[in-house]
Amino acid sequence: MAYLKLERIEKIFGETRVIKGIDLDIRQGEFVVFVGPSGCGKSTLLRLIAGLEHINSGTLHLDGRDITNLPSSKRDLAMVFQSYALYPHMSVYENMSFALKLAKADPAVISDKVARAAKILNLTEYLQRTPKELSGGQRQRVAIGRAIVRAPKVFLFDEPLSNLDAALRGQTRIEIAKLHRDLGATTIYVTHDQVEAMTLADRVVVLRDGLIEQVGTPLELYDRPANQFVAQFIGTPQMNIVAAAQLPALDAVGALGIPAGGFIGLRPENVILHPAAQGLLKGTVDLVEALGAETLIYITTAQGAQLVSRQNERTPLRAGDAVGVQIDTEAAHVFDAKGRIIRTGQTHETPTH
Amino acid sequence: MKVLRTILSWGVALLLFFPLGWLVLTAFKTELQAISVPPLLFFPPTLENFTIVQERSDYLLYAKNSLITSVASTILGLALAFPAAYSMAFFKGKYTKDILMWMLSTKMMPAVGALVPIYVLAQGSGLLDTRTGLVIIFTLSNLPIMVWMLYSQFKEIPGEILEAARMDGASLWQEFRMVLLPLTLGGLASTGLLCLVLSWNEAFWSLNLSAAKAGTLATLIASYSSPEGLFWAKLSAASFMAIAPIVVFGWFSQKQLVQGLTFGAVK
Repeated sequence: MAYLKLERIEKIFGETRVIKGIDLDIRQGEFVVFVGPSGCGKSTLLRLIAGLEHINSGTLHLDGRDITNLPSSKRDLAMVFQSYALYPHMSVYENMSFALKLAKADPAVISDKVARAAKILNLTEYLQRTPKELSGGQRQRVAIGRAIVRAPKVFLFDEPLSNLDAALRGQTRIEIAKLHRDLGATTIYVTHDQVEAMTLADRVVVLRDGLIEQVGTPLELYDRPANQFVAQFIGTPQMNIVAAAQLPALDAVGALGIPAGGFIGLRPENVILHPAAQGLLKGTVDLVEALGAETLIYITTAQGAQLVSRQNERTPLRAGDAVGVQIDTEAAHVFDAKGRIIRTGQTHETPTH
Repeated sequence: MKVLRTILSWGVALLLFFPLGWLVLTAFKTELQAISVPPLLFFPPTLENFTIVQERSDYLLYAKNSLITSVASTILGLALAFPAAYSMAFFKGKYTKDILMWMLSTKMMPAVGALVPIYVLAQGSGLLDTRTGLVIIFTLSNLPIMVWMLYSQFKEIPGEILEAARMDGASLWQEFRMVLLPLTLGGLASTGLLCLVLSWNEAFWSLNLSAAKAGTLATLIASYSSPEGLFWAKLSAASFMAIAPIVVFGWFSQKQLVQGLTFGAVK
């Protein structure tokens, strides 16, 4: 049973349809991430759910109640903004208690709830400070605290980590995941960072041009992308895409049944390098990225295809070296000329004992 | 270089202050001393001009009219400009910029251009020589500036803060009172102060639309440059009494005023 139900939601700005009819069911307690390139409408969709933008057509139900035309203040949702949007003239305590104060909650209850939230977020000693006197990470935590104090029906996060530096971003990401595990609150999280999407989400919604491309668990999207866009959007480095014309006419390749103008997609871990003159394809190393735990090797094949190979071992290869490239055809995805999936590659799942 | 600059700035300051200083001096002279050649710098001061001005034309009535019209037009102006600036700053539409420009453009037309229609309107609606009439016209003539000042102050506030308040359950009124107002109090004060000063000093409309009943201090001053000839000492005394309150007021609020006028310009 859907907790938050979006039906044929549309948004038009001037002449442009930015959200082109979105249907989505979100279950209670679920962590859903909206992800997509900039301009895909993910933030707009979140703002429509929040009530900060007017829904032009379609309906929105929360917990059985139609909230399509309710103002934000009556929807019982909490939002964490990218800029944190703390009230600069209020102390941390006042910021966190503002919603409860508006709801005319008992002062004793308010101070109890704020104290508990502050403890969870390590903000207890900062309660009397103003936002100006806090670091970026602390402000971020106040913004989250402001949301959890209210115990809203749904948490909305709008790219909450993009103003933090890389180290803090990773740390806060883990804290948000923990927080969700502890509170079990329904959460919608918008990000352009697919690593955040993969690590936080129960389900990921991939958006492009105001439409949903695919909805699924992180690994479903990784293993069984619905199309070339999702396949390339999820996973770093990107999935390799090779045109049929750039592949040798071998039986193994022919068995894939690539249509005219079609492509195959291969994850970097499925591109295996051999000494020169072995493997399906011949190639030259363009660049080697040694990351320590893994090594990325960028290759151009004799047919002109650009490939990335990922391996866990380190490599003596250098730019300019000739290599042989073995393709794991079992794992190859096949797309038609329009990028739709025709054949889903096999994944080598860890055998269960 | 530094000395030169000091001298120059003192020179400019004195030059600007001179007419005002001379006015104050003249207010305490007799009519004879006032027109003596060469002008007197030192003389036994007298208060007789002030007594005469009060006797002849009830200073307090004019002062009351000035106070009421400027305070009322300021409050009314803020009440209208605040929501106008709010919607333009936070709900920008296709024509927001044009409306702002249009509002400002009304200040580019000479006021006298609108005198006849406004006079006829005031006459027709029985607002001639009433404080209500003056309040309306002061409010209208200050409104463009007030909207612009508040607009530029609101522009400094990230819209997400107001959205956060809405998400927190604030009604529009609570959003105004608990978030926007505290954040713009300084700007609001300076806008109000400026409007107060402008209304107090306003002469064109009060001269043309008011007389004995609703006349402001500006009309009081003007009444001393009458056909019976110029009485410099009394004119100065009347002027002195007219401007003294606003000068004192301006002195105490100058920090606010300057801050309001440069808000957003330097950051």
